[in-house]
Amino acid sequence: MGSEQIIFYFLSFWLIASSLAMIFSRNAAKAVLFLVLSFFSVASIWILLEAEFLAITLILVYVGAVMVLFLFVIKMLNIDKSTLRAKFAGYLPLGLIVALIIIAEMMLVLGNAQFGLDVMPAPARHGADYSNITELALQLYTTYVYPFELAAVLLLIAIIAAITLVHKKEINRKQQSISEQVNVRAKDRIRIVSITSPSKENK
Amino acid sequence: MVSLSDYLILSSVIFCIGLVGIFVNRTNIITLLMCVELILAAVNTNFIAFSHFLGNEAGQIFVFFILTVAAAEVAIGLAILTLLFRVRGSIDVDVTNSLKG
Repeated sequence: MGSEQIIFYFLSFWLIASSLAMIFSRNAAKAVLFLVLSFFSVASIWILLEAEFLAITLILVYVGAVMVLFLFVIKMLNIDKSTLRAKFAGYLPLGLIVALIIIAEMMLVLGNAQFGLDVMPAPARHGADYSNITELALQLYTTYVYPFELAAVLLLIAIIAAITLVHKKEINRKQQSISEQVNVRAKDRIRIVSITSPSKENK
Repeated sequence: MVSLSDYLILSSVIFCIGLVGIFVNRTNIITLLMCVELILAAVNTNFIAFSHFLGNEAGQIFVFFILTVAAAEVAIGLAILTLLFRVRGSIDVDVTNSLKG
């Protein structure tokens, strides 16, 4: 067994173990941490497949931003743990049966006879001067430039939608009243009082 | 050497774990969203494995767009979740049945 296979099975073991721990953990915050571990394993498998840019993107965007957002929401909502998982085992047997049947069917279809090394030989590894980012960028900024811009517009729409959904009305917020500030007169704010100064009285 | 078949079977196993998670965690929307993320990671692994073995970068470009859409989906999903919690006081799926679907 070569070193590549050892690394692959090591990463696969941790990926499957942390995914199972994620779906069976009772605490949502722990589930997020297990999902972080499985994303790291997925990113390592992608590096094994020479997709370095996407692996780093997965770690930066998913672990760095999305998972932190999950943790943030979990801590903010303060979910009552007793109400969750009350019906934990209800659909477990059915789900396990469906999943095992799907895995068995996939192993029949995707076995070594169809996608083994004889049918689909592994490509030669690229040298040290190969840049995955350059290859991706050449495709992304020429052939796929319009989908790339559409993705940017999609992210903008997501920002606007998320802010519009959770934006509170003006009841609980301190904010400026622009019209009052503009329409204010000097006599509303300053009161000029004429007082006689004591130095004049002394003269 | 690791064959393409190994990568595909691994990603189908991860897909099924995400599916079981959706079956099991019916009471918590946050965990449902995380299971969807797991399923998307499995699909992306499929794309990248085929991209590597066929020598074509188009699969990696597709994964790039899937990551973009998934990030947008998570942002809006968590916003809806926060709104749901503010209105209902719970994120139990069984409570959100006012549409009688």
